[in-house]
Amino acid sequence: MAQTVGFFTDTTLCIGCKACEVACKEWNQLPNNPLEFRDSYDNTGQLDHANWRHVRFVESAATNPDKPIAWSMMSDVCKHCANASCLEVCPTDAIIRTEFDTVYIQQDVCNGCRDCISACPYGVIGFNSTSGTAQKCTFCYDRLQNNLKPACATACPTQSIKFGPLDELRQTAATRLATLQAQGVSQARIYGDKEYGGLHAFFLITEKPEAYALPSTQSAVLPSRNNLPGYVTATITAVLAGLAGLIAFRRRGESSSPSPAAGTGGSSPSPLVGEGRGGGS
Amino acid sequence: MGGLKLPNEHFVVPPHWEWYILGYFFFAGISGGSYVLGSMLRLWGDARDAAASRIAFLISFPTLLICPILLTLDLGQPLRFWHFLINDSSGGLAFKPWSPMSLGAWALLLFGIFSFVMFLSALSEGGIVHRRALATAASFVAGVVGGIFMVIGALFGLFIAAYTGVLLAVSNQPVWSDTWALGGLFLASALSGSAACVLLATRTRRDAIATDRKLIEADRYFILLELALIVLFLATLGGVLSKVLTGGWIILWVIVLAGTLIPLALHWRATRMRATVTAVGTAAADISLLAPVLVLLGVLALRAVVIFSAQA
Ligand code: SF4
Ligand code: SF4
Repeated sequence: MAQTVGFFTDTTLCIGCKACEVACKEWNQLPNNPLEFRDSYDNTGQLDHANWRHVRFVESAATNPDKPIAWSMMSDVCKHCANASCLEVCPTDAIIRTEFDTVYIQQDVCNGCRDCISACPYGVIGFNSTSGTAQKCTFCYDRLQNNLKPACATACPTQSIKFGPLDELRQTAATRLATLQAQGVSQARIYGDKEYGGLHAFFLITEKPEAYALPSTQSAVLPSRNNLPGYVTATITAVLAGLAGLIAFRRRGESSSPSPAAGTGGSSPSPLVGEGRGGGS
Repeated sequence: MGGLKLPNEHFVVPPHWEWYILGYFFFAGISGGSYVLGSMLRLWGDARDAAASRIAFLISFPTLLICPILLTLDLGQPLRFWHFLINDSSGGLAFKPWSPMSLGAWALLLFGIFSFVMFLSALSEGGIVHRRALATAASFVAGVVGGIFMVIGALFGLFIAAYTGVLLAVSNQPVWSDTWALGGLFLASALSGSAACVLLATRTRRDAIATDRKLIEADRYFILLELALIVLFLATLGGVLSKVLTGGWIILWVIVLAGTLIPLALHWRATRMRATVTAVGTAAADISLLAPVLVLLGVLALRAVVIFSAQA
């Protein structure tokens, strides 16, 4: 297996220029977004089948009265989770882990069932109705195979998006966090060192994770957590329903009316005549 | 733990499972549930129940046939439906027991075998079609091995009726993944809906009408089970309860309640009337249409409100 790679996105360095979005669209030949006016500098909206990088503009009330809004920009992307919800549920094995330890949807295998979309807790995957398949960031798999940096990290002018071997990036992130905290940015934290077994695209953030549409660490749970309780409840229901059937369908005390022959129907007696609530019900 | 349970907060987008999936969930429930009812009638009923049991098996297979059609139509790449079973890149089997969708695809295929054999046997036993193959199926089913075969099929039937609820839960969608009650809930409502289907079918079959009292009694229990699971479902939603109990969804809940409470009352009335009515038909026949129709509408509405409200 080739070396495990990752993205470290430092939101404190992002200037919201969207060069990463453009580079990604160009390299991966993703279609343009329809022109839409939004109440923000964010005219991309969300990650989906045609947007594999999305620069979020997180606005919050600032403490400085001269600047009522504080901005935090984050170039969002598929997290290439170590324990990936999408990969866990995909019934066709279209979603695989590559030799670079990234999460990749094989377009020729995906049948468009969209189970992965219901599973990804980061809302990353989109359904492409033209190809009939689920699509998301490939971590520039084709570029990695040719020893090239992913397009977004190559284009980023501030090195907010850093690409490299995952363990090195974790070191870089720890150093950067220590620097920021020494400078008084006490709210800075790393997101993605613990969540889903460690995200291969992780972030340095200065707001609560939810502000960037990132589930909290406690909420970072896999879909399979619901298998056991779901099947156990269904099994208990099945047992109770079986008992209900046993009580309702059991052979009753003899009726005074003649019984029809089994099988082909026989005569049609009056089933209502003389049928007591026999059998002890 | 005081107050409402805090749901996991995810930023998931909806998979847009809509009408085909609603139809699939409905017919899968009826197919699996009818098979289970047919088996229970055979195992525990008496000779008079044979006709209703046959009808249940005659319902199970045709409704099952609709399921893969709806599932396939819902796919973005319908011609790749077989990727559910065969791994296109390795050539091996695509089987992931921890993915309910994968397990369900296999269960659907295997259940089809059981449902088909019981369908053939029911055709033969009912004298509907006379063919050697059918007679063979009927004599196989009549034996001990056939009985075991039928019971194994019933386990698959239970799975088919229930797993769709687990499939929704094994996700990170709000509502679906916040509860563990959906598998049981869908199963109980599927059994109730299947009893309703058999009751509707027996209206036109004099040889099966003897069982309707038993089916009505069973349906009462299934409805009570369903109501208990609806309460559990809503109770487990905690902070996302409002997602399923607002706006237009209330109308669907009203249909769900009408499809459970009114049939319960009608069934109770029917049971009381049967103690006094001494002729076939009469008043009992009048109410035997309304209750099953309401039950079936309720089964559909329940699945609709669960599927659509979580994705709104
Ligand atoms: S972020 Fe979503 S799409 Fe990306 S690997 Fe994780 S679960 Fe899969
Ligand atoms: S849509 Fe494609 S990638 Fe997603 S779960 Fe289905 S088969 Fe797998």
